[in-house]
Amino acid sequence: MAVKKFMYVNRKAPYGTVYALESLEVVLIGAAFDQDVSLAFIGDGVYELTKGQDTKAIGQKNFSPVYSALGDYDVNKIYVEKESLEERGLTLDDLQHLVWEDEDEDYAEKDSIRLVSRAELADVMSEQEIILSF
Amino acid sequence: MSSIEVNGKSFEVDEEGYLANLNEWEPAIGAAMAAAEDQPLSDEHWDIINFLREYYEEYQIAPAVRVLTKAVGKRLGKDKGNSKYLYELFPYGPGKQACKYAGLPKPTGCV
Repeated sequence: MAVKKFMYVNRKAPYGTVYALESLEVVLIGAAFDQDVSLAFIGDGVYELTKGQDTKAIGQKNFSPVYSALGDYDVNKIYVEKESLEERGLTLDDLQHLVWEDEDEDYAEKDSIRLVSRAELADVMSEQEIILSF
Repeated sequence: MSSIEVNGKSFEVDEEGYLANLNEWEPAIGAAMAAAEDQPLSDEHWDIINFLREYYEEYQIAPAVRVLTKAVGKRLGKDKGNSKYLYELFPYGPGKQACKYAGLPKPTGCV
């Protein structure tokens, strides 16, 4: 099977709709197919990566710890749009620190999140072969 | 919902035999599930079962087999981080079988 460039675009807040969780499940399942996968978080989607999520009051499972497993699934290109963070008064420090371990370098931890401008993200998107929007 | 009896207590399981409420899990449940499937459990089996529970505790998912293999290799040694070793322990699939005994849901990505 030829390797294709897949990008999953996450645009919604983590709770209230099922989009964020569905996207994450598709990413995890799709990871079995050894494609070139990247994730983009734009608009309210940046809230999906915020740390310290507490879902007790809404009676739903807090699935945010799953994002930190993405590195294990070789999903280590996570683009976060700078403007979307700024428009919501957020910075990288408000997001989980997502890393992946490079087996070829004695499991050295490397950052997965790449902070990009809207224009840079548009360029990355234009290189993709398949874009799935959630 | 069906259920299984362990030490006089009843625990709900789904139609495939996975524990409904993972917080109810105790080693005796895993042992009873394995016994029902004629699967003996050695210390090596428990290493994997305990590892799966710790992984779930941290990441809130049961890892796919490929991920489990890699993680076991790192944690328990390269000689154990391969699918041959894991399938010898759990012939019906390390993800499916070990996750069941560990009281976890069926792994995401188990297609």
